[in-house]
Amino acid sequence: MGRRPSGLASHGAGPHRPRVPFTVDEAQPLASRSPARPLSPHLGIYRWGPHMLVSILHRATGVAMAIVGMPILLWWLAAIAGGAERYATFSWFFTQLAGGAIGYLVGIGMTLALFLHMGNGVRHLFLDTGALFELRRNKLSSLAVLAFGATATILFWFYVGVVK
Amino acid sequence: MRTAIGQVRGLGSAKAGSHHWWNQRLTAGSNLLLMLWFVIVLARMPAYDYATARETFASAWRSVPLLLLIVSVFYHLRLGLQVVIEDYQHNESRIVALVVLNLYVVAGLAIALFAIAKIAFGA
Repeated sequence: MGRRPSGLASHGAGPHRPRVPFTVDEAQPLASRSPARPLSPHLGIYRWGPHMLVSILHRATGVAMAIVGMPILLWWLAAIAGGAERYATFSWFFTQLAGGAIGYLVGIGMTLALFLHMGNGVRHLFLDTGALFELRRNKLSSLAVLAFGATATILFWFYVGVVK
Repeated sequence: MRTAIGQVRGLGSAKAGSHHWWNQRLTAGSNLLLMLWFVIVLARMPAYDYATARETFASAWRSVPLLLLIVSVFYHLRLGLQVVIEDYQHNESRIVALVVLNLYVVAGLAIALFAIAKIAFGA
């Protein structure tokens, strides 16, 4: 983010100018500020963190499952109800077309979306009680959600593809 | 001139303020249990051909939970997508998007419930 206009900082110019809130000392540019100091809360001034990542992923995965995953589940159920021929079309689309790439992409994508949304959903139930708002716990629980999503997806496909 | 806000002032709450929020939490809980069950059923299917799929969900032990899962997930996604639409769409397009969402949910529910019933009662 850019500096404040120097017009503001020069308010009360002189060696003993009064401390004005939210002005930037020209001798200490933003780039060299101590990273331990908190950032000013403002729309454009923030550092990306895992809590933001799981927040937007929760929405993205929810929308993805609603408009991609659910229609596929509907197609699958309708194909089972519709008979062997309908089921063959479904199977072909996900296992034969483009060498089965669609099946892998959607299958792994949807399980990852499910487990991320599930993990963060549970985290949200804790947040609803007023817990996990401390900075450290909020960050750790966000990282735990990401770890759970990846681990559960790997375990699921390891079981289906290798163990069985 | 009497505005819309003047007509509702002093009448108290509509008694439905937390309804959306609370039902989203309730369906989050039922989704959690039902989706964990569904993922385990999917993973443990001996094969993924037509006969196995039909046989798996012909049993009442699986078609009834699957029915519950469909209802719970559709309710949850209906509430969730409503919030997303209200965040990004305004004016007329918001109304259109919300109507399309409701049509999607009702049509999807009908397709899923009919398919599950047909499988259970002998496709």
